[in-house]
Amino acid sequence: MERIIFGDNQFFAVNHISDEKSRAQSIKFKDDSAIIKTLDIAIAAGVNTFMCTTHDRIANICEIIRKDPTKYKDFKIYPCMPYAHKYANAVTELGIAGTLKQYVPGNFVGSLLKGGVAYLSKDYISIMELLIDAEMKMFKGINTPVIFLQNVITDLLLGLGMTDFLLGFAKHVREKYNAEPGFITMNLPKLLDTLEKAEFKNPIICTSINKVNFRMSGGKDLYEKTLREGRCRVIAMQVLGGGAIPAGEALEYVSNLPNVESILFGASSRQNIENTVDTIRYHDQKRRTGLTSI
Amino acid sequence: MVKIALIGAGKMGLSHLSILGAHPKVEIVGVCDTSKMVVQVLERYSGYKCFSDYLKMADESRPDAVVVAVPTKYHFPMVKELLNRGIHIFTEKPFCLNPEESKELTELAKKVGVVNQVGYHNKFVGTFQEVKRLINAGSIGEITHFQGEAYGPVVVKKKSDTWRSDPSEGGGCLMDYASHVIDLINDIISPIESCKGSILKSIYSKSVDDSVYALVESKSGVSGLISVNWSDETYRKMSTSISIMGTNGKIESDANELKVFFKGDKFPTGYSKGWNVKYVTDLTEEVDFYLRGEEYSAQIDYFIKAVLGEKNNVINTFESAWKTDKSISLIKEQSSK
Ligand SMILES: NC(=O)c1ccc[n+]([C@@H]2O[C@H](COP(=O)([O-])OP(=O)(O)OC[C@H]3O[C@@H](n4cnc5c(N)ncnc54)[C@H](O)[C@@H]3O)[C@@H](O)[C@H]2O)c1
Repeated sequence: MERIIFGDNQFFAVNHISDEKSRAQSIKFKDDSAIIKTLDIAIAAGVNTFMCTTHDRIANICEIIRKDPTKYKDFKIYPCMPYAHKYANAVTELGIAGTLKQYVPGNFVGSLLKGGVAYLSKDYISIMELLIDAEMKMFKGINTPVIFLQNVITDLLLGLGMTDFLLGFAKHVREKYNAEPGFITMNLPKLLDTLEKAEFKNPIICTSINKVNFRMSGGKDLYEKTLREGRCRVIAMQVLGGGAIPAGEALEYVSNLPNVESILFGASSRQNIENTVDTIRYHDQKRRTGLTSI
Repeated sequence: MVKIALIGAGKMGLSHLSILGAHPKVEIVGVCDTSKMVVQVLERYSGYKCFSDYLKMADESRPDAVVVAVPTKYHFPMVKELLNRGIHIFTEKPFCLNPEESKELTELAKKVGVVNQVGYHNKFVGTFQEVKRLINAGSIGEITHFQGEAYGPVVVKKKSDTWRSDPSEGGGCLMDYASHVIDLINDIISPIESCKGSILKSIYSKSVDDSVYALVESKSGVSGLISVNWSDETYRKMSTSISIMGTNGKIESDANELKVFFKGDKFPTGYSKGWNVKYVTDLTEEVDFYLRGEEYSAQIDYFIKAVLGEKNNVINTFESAWKTDKSISLIKEQSSK
């Protein structure tokens, strides 16, 4: 994985501290061209991986990328599924069974509900596989070396003790897409323990890591200890702690943590994008030269 | 350890179940749902003992406490039966379909002496907690007026019918959505005890309201405006906000951001004259397990601690939710005058 990964929250009006800012973002990124323009700035700054939700609008972005294979030759997308609001809204309207009927292709669920298919544990894993396939459709022809499960789902399954689905996700992503599975979580220590118990070693985990303990369940000390042990490949997200820490300080902290393979960040302006990239590179460089001089 | 059972593993119930499942002091002894599919999945993959009849579950699993997350019309009959068995209750909001039912349960819970809590999670949001602290300390002077708003994209087109589109089951924007704002105002300022005018409007729904506009007054004599619309697509998810005007300043807050203006030279520590901005991230304590907002984990943790006797059962009691049901019914009555 690349050291620096570009995220998509800013495109979809996800702002953890201000509704006003998210409104401004949804105005700014109303047109797909504004998203592409920002992606191009990130690419020009040397960031070639885009981690994004399987939001409807990403389908349009994929379309634009597919049309220009030379320009986007080295470009990679890490899809994060599902776009939870889509399903949450559907469940409100149609119920759980109705939602599955709507989103699972074919008549699989219908026959399952009617009792036509025997009750086998495998059935529900197969339903999940079909849902993954439906979410992956928009990425056809695009390089997606790592595929993530969104934190709402990872953490829901984690709390429910449904490790089989986490493993089933990983297996399907590996077998069908020849990609590495990744998990987004707000509960790194607990998730890692759970996966290891199920013999899943060295997983890719994207998780909140910041100086102020924001969304780090179990606490910063436990996170730092977990990182030192090097039991997983970590992408740090929410490094600004939801805006609580000045960017320079936040990036210095996370850049110098051991075993953080990648840093995920989102920004809308050229200045913020370039600054973030430069700051991380600066700290990486400093650490490297520091190491060689010892 | 607290032995807990859940009734209703739908959208809200599954979220509670996951948070409970991760809680170190909880043992889940049973889950009840009438959906076969839900039960199959939970039995098979979570290994919970599942039931389709909640009374059977109560009698066989003998829980200390039950979380009730079924559609609103079932809250009253189920909670009543469970209270009569001496079980601690966390039930989803709105509490009941009418204040008479809420009153009965409030009194019964007091008599039985069990922990009772309703799922108005905004009380566990850092910004709103800070608003309450500021108001209690009288920091913006005498309160003259408030505005409570909530907008979101629940019903944005004509839809197939669910329990949410049936007024007799607790559907509608007033009961399901506006209840959050009303409850927050009742708690922070004082209960809304009169309604001067209200409009309940359907936009896409056939038989329930999709928006609520009301002019109200609190017990303490403060006037206020309620404006809630669950058919507003310009919001990605529910956004709840309150503004409170006072003689010494003004507060504007949503679940993310708190803005306070102090007119004069008197302000609490940590604030200054003019505008102050604080973010929920600075006002929120970390939780042990995060699923979808600290407040959801915090309210469950608070309930567990109350059952264990480690916390006083004072936030979101049945009594406070009964007052909210009363305010809701005032607004509803006024709209049909
Ligand atoms: N606090 C919040 O923000 C919030 C959000 C959503 C819902 N809620 C409240 O939670 C409650 C449930 O709402 P939801 O959105 O989860 O609804 P839902 O329809 O998704 O879930 C209800 C579940 O209850 C089950 N059920 C129905 N009747 C039952 C019975 N007699 N016995 C056992 N199970 C039964 C259904 O099968 C379903 O799984 C409502 O009171 C609602 O107002 C609160």
